Amino acid sequence: MILLDRVTKTYGSNEPALERVSLHVEPKEFVIIVGQSGAGKSTLFKLLTREEKPTSGKIIVGGMDYDKLRDKDIPLLRRKIGVVFQDFKLLPARNVYENVAFALEIAGLPTTEIKHTIPKVLDVVGLGGKEKNYPRELSGGEKQRVAIARAIVRQPKILIADEPTGNLDLKHAWDVIKVLEKINQFGTTVLLTTHNQEIVNYLKRRVVTIKDGKIVSDHAVGKYKI
Amino acid sequence: MRLKKKAEPALKQDHKFVTLERIVRNGFVNFGRNIWLAIAAIAMMGITLTILLFAVVANATFSHTISDITSHIDVSVYLKDDVTDGQRTNLIENLKGIENVQAVAYISKEQALKNYRAQNINNKELQAAISETDNPLPASLVISPKDPNKLETIKEYLDKPEISSLQSDPTSYSGDRKAAIDKIAKATDFFRQAGIVGIIIFIIISILIIFNTIRMTIFNRRDELVIMRLLGATPGYIRGPFIVETMLYGVVAAAISLAISGALFAVASSTLQASALGLLDIKYSGEYFKKNLWLILTTQILAGIIIGAASSAVAARRYLKLK
Repeated sequence: MILLDRVTKTYGSNEPALERVSLHVEPKEFVIIVGQSGAGKSTLFKLLTREEKPTSGKIIVGGMDYDKLRDKDIPLLRRKIGVVFQDFKLLPARNVYENVAFALEIAGLPTTEIKHTIPKVLDVVGLGGKEKNYPRELSGGEKQRVAIARAIVRQPKILIADEPTGNLDLKHAWDVIKVLEKINQFGTTVLLTTHNQEIVNYLKRRVVTIKDGKIVSDHAVGKYKI
Repeated sequence: MRLKKKAEPALKQDHKFVTLERIVRNGFVNFGRNIWLAIAAIAMMGITLTILLFAVVANATFSHTISDITSHIDVSVYLKDDVTDGQRTNLIENLKGIENVQAVAYISKEQALKNYRAQNINNKELQAAISETDNPLPASLVISPKDPNKLETIKEYLDKPEISSLQSDPTSYSGDRKAAIDKIAKATDFFRQAGIVGIIIFIIISILIIFNTIRMTIFNRRDELVIMRLLGATPGYIRGPFIVETMLYGVVAAAISLAISGALFAVASSTLQASALGLLDIKYSGEYFKKNLWLILTTQILAGIIIGAASSAVAARRYLKLK
C-alpha cells in the first residue's frame, strides 16, 4: 500500500532530513511513527502528500509511482489519501458540513450524493448535530474530528494523521484515537505519528521509530521508546 | 455503519458543469462571508476608479477646450478685385485638394462689408469711413486646416508665384499672426499629449493599487488556499471562487464610483453655473459624463472585472504551486 525505497530528502545543503528510509506498509495496517520533533516525521508526511519531492529514492502509494506523477495528477493523488494535521486546517469561513463537503465538492460529486454521505460520516466521528457550527465554535477535539471526517469522507484507502492529538488534551486525544481505530477497522490503512507514549502503548500496533532521519526500529507490536 | 463504495469513480473525471456552478456559487458565498474584507477592497477599488474616471472626464473636457481654440485657427487669402469667377473656383478646388485642408469658405466683397459693419455696429466713425459704392475690402477665402500644426503646406501652395499674383495682400498666416498661431498650435498639441500621458499614468497607478488591494485580501486568506491545495483541489478550482469574488468587487466598485461621480457632476454643474473654470469647462464635463454614461458604466464595470480577475489570478498563483 505504501512503499518507500531508500528515500533521502535533503533541504538545501543541510544534513538530510530523511536518509535512506525504506518502509513497507501493507493494506489495512495501522502503523504508528514515533520520533522526536525534528526526527523527520513531518518530512515523511510531506513526501507522502507530495508537498515535497524526495532528493533520491522511490515512493509508491496505492499503486502510484511518484516518479511518474505529472503536475496535474497531484490533486488526484491528494484526493486518494486522507490527511489529518496537527493544526486541523479547517476552512474558517465554512461550517462543519461545508468543511466536510468541500472534500467531495472538489472531486466533482453531485450535490445530492454529498447530502446523503455527510450525515453518515459525521455520525462516525460523533459530530451529528454540529453541521451548522463554524470551526471557531468547536473545541479542539471536535475540530480534529471534523478534519478526520473530511479526510475519510472520500473513502481513501490510506489515512495519514500527522500528530493529530498534538494540540489536544488527553480526553479529546482519546476520542480522536478511537475514531482512527474505527476507521482502520473499516479497512483503511492508517499511518499515525505521535509522541504520546500512553497512546502508543495502548494501541499495541506496529511502531516505527525514526531518529535523525533514519528508521531505528520497527516492531510489529511496538512499545514507545526513544 | 459502512460508507457506500461510491466516492471512488468521481476521482477520475471532474464534472465540468457541476464544478463551474460550484465555483460561481462559492464565489458569491465567500463574498458574503468575508464582507468586511470585501468592503475594504471595494472602497479602495471604488476610490481608484473614481479618480480615474475624473481624470478621463477632465481630459475630455480639456481636449474639448483645446479643439475649441484650434477650430478658430484658419488662414485667410485676400483676392484681388480683378480675379475672375473661373480663377476663383479653380483656386478653391486646388486648395481643397491639399491634404491638410478641411474646408474653404468664400467671402465676397459684399459679405466682407456686411461682416465689417456687423463687427463695428457701435462705431459710427468706422462705419462712415467705408461706403457701399467704394468698398475697399477684398473678397477672401477662409481656409480651415485639419491640423493647425501643419499650415506650412497650405502656405507653400499660396506662396507660389502664380497663386500669390491673385492676392491683394499677404495671407493672414504671415508675420506676427503666423508666430502667434504657431505658438498656440504647439501649446495645444503639447497639452493634448500631456493629457494622454496623464491618463496612461493614472491607469497604471490604478491597476497597481487595485492589484495590491486584491493581493492583500488573498494574502489574508492564504491559509485557505493552502488547505484547499492539500485536500487535492485543482488550482483552477481554488482560484475560481476568488476570481468570481473579485469580479463582484469590481462590479460593485464600478457602480459606487459611477454613483459618486454622477452626484458630483450634478452638484458641480448646478452650483458652478458660471461654467468656465479657466480651461476646465464644468458644464461640458457634466454633459460629457451624461452623454457617455453607458459607455462609462460598461467600461468601469469591465475594467473592474478584468483588473479584479487578473489581479486575483496572479496574486493567488504563488499559493497554488503544487510542488
